[in-house]
Amino acid sequence: MSQTTLTSATARTAGPGLDGTPRRRRLLGSRIQPGLLLSWLVLGIVTLWVIAPGLFTSQSATSGTAREKLLPPGGGHLLGTDELGRDLFSRIVHGSVHSVSGALVAVAVGLIVGTFLGLLAGSVGGITDSVVMRIVDVLLSIPGLLLSLSIIIILGFGTVNAAIAVGIGSVASFARLSRSEVLRVRRSDFVEAAFGSGGTFAAVLRRHILPNSAGPVLALVALQFGSAILAISTLGFLGYGAPPPTPEWGLLIAEGRSYLATAWWLTTYPGLVVVAVVLSTNRISHSVRKVQP
Amino acid sequence: MASGSTSTDMQRYLLNRIGQAALVLWAAFTVAFVLLQALPGDALMIKYQNPDLGLSPAEIQDIRASYGADSPLFVQYLNTLGDFLRGNFGYSVQAGVPVVEQLAASVPATLSLAGLGFLAAVVLALAIAFLSSLSEFAWLRNALIALPSIFVSVPVFWLGIVLIQIFSFQLKLIPVINPPAGLGLILPVATLAIPISAPLAQVLIRSIDDVRTQPFVGVARSRGGSNAWVLSHHVVRNAILPTLTIAGVLLGELIGGAVVTETVFGRTGVGQLTQQAVNSQDVAVLQAVVVLAATAFVLVNLAVDLMYPVLDPRLKRKTGALT
Repeated sequence: MSQTTLTSATARTAGPGLDGTPRRRRLLGSRIQPGLLLSWLVLGIVTLWVIAPGLFTSQSATSGTAREKLLPPGGGHLLGTDELGRDLFSRIVHGSVHSVSGALVAVAVGLIVGTFLGLLAGSVGGITDSVVMRIVDVLLSIPGLLLSLSIIIILGFGTVNAAIAVGIGSVASFARLSRSEVLRVRRSDFVEAAFGSGGTFAAVLRRHILPNSAGPVLALVALQFGSAILAISTLGFLGYGAPPPTPEWGLLIAEGRSYLATAWWLTTYPGLVVVAVVLSTNRISHSVRKVQP
Repeated sequence: MASGSTSTDMQRYLLNRIGQAALVLWAAFTVAFVLLQALPGDALMIKYQNPDLGLSPAEIQDIRASYGADSPLFVQYLNTLGDFLRGNFGYSVQAGVPVVEQLAASVPATLSLAGLGFLAAVVLALAIAFLSSLSEFAWLRNALIALPSIFVSVPVFWLGIVLIQIFSFQLKLIPVINPPAGLGLILPVATLAIPISAPLAQVLIRSIDDVRTQPFVGVARSRGGSNAWVLSHHVVRNAILPTLTIAGVLLGELIGGAVVTETVFGRTGVGQLTQQAVNSQDVAVLQAVVVLAATAFVLVNLAVDLMYPVLDPRLKRKTGALT
């Protein structure tokens, strides 16, 4: 993360002209950014898993042959099988739709509710601003997991409920960001000029404030998508997400826990997939943030 | 700048800050109450509507009245608020004992786990930041700087499972069942510390880099200070402030992490209590846990804010900037 910031900083201080060639070559090398490429690749593959799991595996995710139970990776089963003889790779591929759609719902809830609150607070100001931001402070003061659990205790267990619970946990950061963006942009000269040349509030908001605040919000969307994947798998692991036959990633790890001593692959591989996805979204979020001035 | 006005300014700042903290706490209680007590199917119904108990609707009504569940919501709110202020967190419907007793039994275990976890995280973060700043080799520096972004991407529960797998099942260093107290704490503390150390290390690395470009560091170097000496005497003191800010924010993750860690390692504590409460919709318990966590958050951040001027004398000089 900070590594790229560092290289760009040294490149900036070096400046053009002076001992240009070796530095410029290194700069060109760092432009390609293999890490970023890999991140997009990981997300691309997971997206394909969600859209067309059949392309990657022909085996069933929910039924297996008892004879083939707890087989180690290799042979007919790329990542081995579980206690019911179900193919683990197939379960991970088919499970991606639950984890990814859950994270998307969570981010959508956080983005819509949070951005609305932030825009409201930032544009109206005054008492509305103070009240909304105090509510946001309160949401921030409750640990994310406990807030999610409080919402799950009301809504009940299940994939969608867990996703909503995680989304409400991310409302606060979206609200804070969009409020600060509105405050930043609305004080800039071109917005004042737009108001001065007779623009209505709604028109200025749509044509100037929203497009100029989009970058940091996008970066936060990517970041929150990663944390939503983590949070949803945590809730799934605790048993509050999708019910058992569903191959949700967190639930896969929870089920594999009973076979730690004999079948290491059941917990290791689903966890590695989660780590890879979260690493990739964090990396992409960082690259989006860096493009911004 | 007379000393008299400085002390009243300071007092006003303190009062203002404590007032804000109290307000956030009250609001957190209200949010928890609205979220948790306004729900239709409550824990009382789940426990007593069970047909095996054979209770008549009138008897259930009596039980509800004894818990105060039949009064109007606003009266319940005021009663609960008064009870919380007096340290009475209500009764756990499922266990039938006061929530305070349950908390008293489980908070110390969680507190020691979280405290040790945070200490270990700070040590780990310092180690990563120092080694990466002192390292002569680019590859080592890059590897160390990449560590935190990997650490934040790892699910806490999975990390615990992987550690159990490696140290208990593969290496057989730590017994899975009934490990000795000290040995049994190592893996849970590591599980908690690794994800928490990541943001700490990132902020620390960044602020060390920032401070290093300051003129006084160059002066110290030119006067013959070694790399390590300058780092420990000049850079760290200045780099610690941004780290302190994020330490307050990390408390929430620490509490959430402790809940998950306790579940993975089967330890008794607030985590187990919380999970039981969610499973049986025991609202009173969850409400107490949420309010307790919010209290801890508010107090820690208050302490961090008040510690700033102590740690950084520059902030004390400009009284105007404090308010």
